[in-house]
Amino acid sequence: MAKEFNLKDNEHESQLIAGRVYFAGVIILLLSLMIIGRVFYLTVIEHDHFTTLATSNRVKIAPIPPIRGLIYSRDGVVLAENKPSFSLEFVPEKVKNVDATIKELKEIIEINDDDIARFKKSLKKQRRFESIPLRFNLNEEEVALFSVNRHRFAGVDVVAGLNRYYPFADKMVHAIGYVARIDEDDIKGLDESNYLGTTHIGKLGIEKSYESTLHGEVGYQQVEVNAQGRVIRVLERSAPYPGENLHLTIDVSLQKVALSALEKRRGAIVAIDPRNGDVLTFVSSPGYDPNKFVNGIDTKSYKALLASTDKPLINRVTQGKYPPGSTIKPMMGLLGLDAGVRNFTHESWCPGWFSLKGHSHRYRDWKKEGHGHTDLHKAVTQSCDVYFYILAYELGIDRIYEGMSRFGFGKRTGIDIGGEATGLMPSRAWKREALGQAWFPGETLILGIGQGYSLTTPMQLAKATTILANRGKVVTPRLVRSTSDAITNDATMLPVKTEEPLQIHNEQYWDYMIQSMRDVVHGQGGTAWRSGLNAPYEFAGKTGTAQVIGIAQDKEYEEEEIAEEFQDHALFIAFAPVEKPEIALAIIVENGGGGSKTAAPIARKMLDHFMLERNLLGSKE
Amino acid sequence: MEERGLAQRLHVDIPLLLGILILCAIGLVVLYSAGNQNIELVYRQGLKLGIAIVVMLLIAQVPPAELARWSVGLYLFGIILLVAVLFYGDIGKGAQRWLDLKVFRFQPSELMKVSVPMLIAYYLADKSLPPGIIRILLVGILILVPGFLIAKQPDLGTALLVCAAGFSVLFIAGISWRLLMSLGILATATAPLLWYFMHDYQKRRVLTFLNPENDPLGAGYHTIQAKIAIGSGGFYGKGWLNGTQSHLEFLPERSTDFIFAVLCEEFGMLGVLLLLSVYLFIIVRCLYIAVHAQHTFGRLLASGLTLTFFVYIFVNMGMVTGQLPVVGVPLPLISHGGTSMVTLLAGFGMLMAIHTHRRFMSF
Repeated sequence: MAKEFNLKDNEHESQLIAGRVYFAGVIILLLSLMIIGRVFYLTVIEHDHFTTLATSNRVKIAPIPPIRGLIYSRDGVVLAENKPSFSLEFVPEKVKNVDATIKELKEIIEINDDDIARFKKSLKKQRRFESIPLRFNLNEEEVALFSVNRHRFAGVDVVAGLNRYYPFADKMVHAIGYVARIDEDDIKGLDESNYLGTTHIGKLGIEKSYESTLHGEVGYQQVEVNAQGRVIRVLERSAPYPGENLHLTIDVSLQKVALSALEKRRGAIVAIDPRNGDVLTFVSSPGYDPNKFVNGIDTKSYKALLASTDKPLINRVTQGKYPPGSTIKPMMGLLGLDAGVRNFTHESWCPGWFSLKGHSHRYRDWKKEGHGHTDLHKAVTQSCDVYFYILAYELGIDRIYEGMSRFGFGKRTGIDIGGEATGLMPSRAWKREALGQAWFPGETLILGIGQGYSLTTPMQLAKATTILANRGKVVTPRLVRSTSDAITNDATMLPVKTEEPLQIHNEQYWDYMIQSMRDVVHGQGGTAWRSGLNAPYEFAGKTGTAQVIGIAQDKEYEEEEIAEEFQDHALFIAFAPVEKPEIALAIIVENGGGGSKTAAPIARKMLDHFMLERNLLGSKE
Repeated sequence: MEERGLAQRLHVDIPLLLGILILCAIGLVVLYSAGNQNIELVYRQGLKLGIAIVVMLLIAQVPPAELARWSVGLYLFGIILLVAVLFYGDIGKGAQRWLDLKVFRFQPSELMKVSVPMLIAYYLADKSLPPGIIRILLVGILILVPGFLIAKQPDLGTALLVCAAGFSVLFIAGISWRLLMSLGILATATAPLLWYFMHDYQKRRVLTFLNPENDPLGAGYHTIQAKIAIGSGGFYGKGWLNGTQSHLEFLPERSTDFIFAVLCEEFGMLGVLLLLSVYLFIIVRCLYIAVHAQHTFGRLLASGLTLTFFVYIFVNMGMVTGQLPVVGVPLPLISHGGTSMVTLLAGFGMLMAIHTHRRFMSF
């Protein structure tokens, strides 16, 4: 070993190492230049490219949803408003394990299975980077609890927002409708960019049909976000423009009177100002609470609503289809006069029933003993069925179909909410097509008293009543009178829509029929005389009773013996004042029995309010 | 030819110390920004730096002959600890590299970064250079055993650095060019074999390096965000504390392995040139020390440590700028972290010792 050590050539080794060190130095220099070159490439040559990337990395354009317009009643009561609320929201993309996170959240905030089910449902529908709410309407304590623990939940946040609230809940739902969480189907056909930040959209009623007016214009803000997507600061902001407020034609005070008069029975009440089509009352009973739908109703409650025999989800005013019963007799009478098959003096003999020649079937009058000699005036005031059997038979189905169509039966009224039913005004063509059968004369007879195939919605009946009250002038009913800008308060009145008027050969026919309808209430033997008692004003009306089931030839209709759901529907139409009508009514109480007994008193209460109390207040209009 | 003043007697090399202090200052400034202006973090790092500098100065007092004598024991101690870590180590970030010594946690692999070049230098200095083939093979084994143990933790970055340290010494010792070429070819040939033994995450890193855009939110995220940070910095940078990539948390591990990207974003190409100048100044000074050492052990160890220091720099910058796969190699004296700094400065301490004890050498 020692020998070897001595042999070591220190000088040579030193040179060898120095050579290698110099070589390494050159390599180091070259590699350093390579790093410099790379940095030069990134920072100078590709600078613009990476600047763009960095900017798009940190700057996100976030839409600011506009505040939805409010809905006011005619008398200035708020019917739909926006309440501040907090919700707990998730961005699925940012949450690694959704289930585990929910489990952890449950420890601090109450989250029930319905919340989770709804969340999972939206999770499938919505885009990954969009915030999905898990819990709505957090209280202050929950917000504070979450805020303290926020660091534990990346991608979860409490979001402050506005929640649509309907203070009248079930009392107005069928007219106003509701908003609910937007889904992809809703966006179709809309200006998608305007809905970028919007979470709710009108799903029903006015909220739906006036969606574009209520929604407003989306605003934007450029925000700087970090990699977790949390907003660090706002760089630029263009404010959204709030949606316009709506001013409805509905008068809350009258609506309340109608609701209390209906006493929670099933039915529909419509009041329209015949001069301009303003719908003053829109009652479909029972209703349901639209507030439950705003953030998604739980399955159990929804099933209960669906299963309810009262069918609260149906909008009885525009979708309920009822036989109009005797309420169409004034229209039928006018058709008879106009067609020349009747005049003021013509009388029919009413023995209490009517049979077609060669047939044994007896078409009964509601009055077993009959009305005796009956002219048109008496036929209307006392609602003689036999008179109208004969009239209808003589008019024939074709003329009835054509004439009643002019009153709007079998056609949508054109009211400014969707989902309206057409009802049914039968014709030969309809029967051939729908049932594949020829028209039978017997079917014409019962059309004369508003039975048989004919079906009408309460809104159609109300519109027909306005045509009577207006002596042929046809105005399209509407729920919204005006809109106003939420910022400037500038109001825009919506135009009154009139349709082609119903022309009749002789103006006296209108006078005659309106007089007859007045006498239904105020005349001797009028079917609604009880409701007209001591009224300090005059109104015109017509009762109706629509059969729900056929009564066998040899049976009597005995109210007490029939289950409620098979009892007759009570109907009443009216308008007031008789000369210059300001209000027209159509009232249907399902299974309410007779129209004079159940429906007409509701009309009286409403008219008392309208003519006596409200008119004093609203005289300036 | 040298100054013989206070510094000499305290065994401190003034230029080297100066370079290191400048570097540390730069590191703290960048760390303040990278750590979201957390002054606590800077204080802690400053404390660690202080401890590391004390360690450096203490080691500088040790005569090189003494260091040479420690090398075998240190190496064996390191190997034992590495084996211990495999069985008893703490798991941090999915790898077993820590040994909990109650008082502080310690990575035995860090020890190997110094003890491997020490042992190789000691072994090779014993005989005349260049070494023969048998000695080279033996050195290869001495390098690969700790390298394998560390890679198994798994810590590919450190394994790489430990091997680099060993081979640097071998290279300086004058291993023949022909052998070097053959080793290169052999390494290329065994690469697929290496692939077979790699952990999934290591494979993924390599794949990601080859095509980072493939997985922008997963494994490629680091590289893409780092490149955006560097590129958007431009020539002059966005200014201190103004790096959006860094401050908005797009840049992962920005105070540790990816701190270079923060520096690039905020100080631009200019900052990079400045940093590299300081690095190269230190390297040149170290190589000067190596060449002028009076004994082979000192020359080999000094140049080996210097080359390893550069490998650190190159691998880290290459990785952050997207030229090399992402392996966990910190940027020396800039990245946040204690253990690696102590090893690094211990190495510089040895360099100072080699330089300042030359007159009293007895070897």
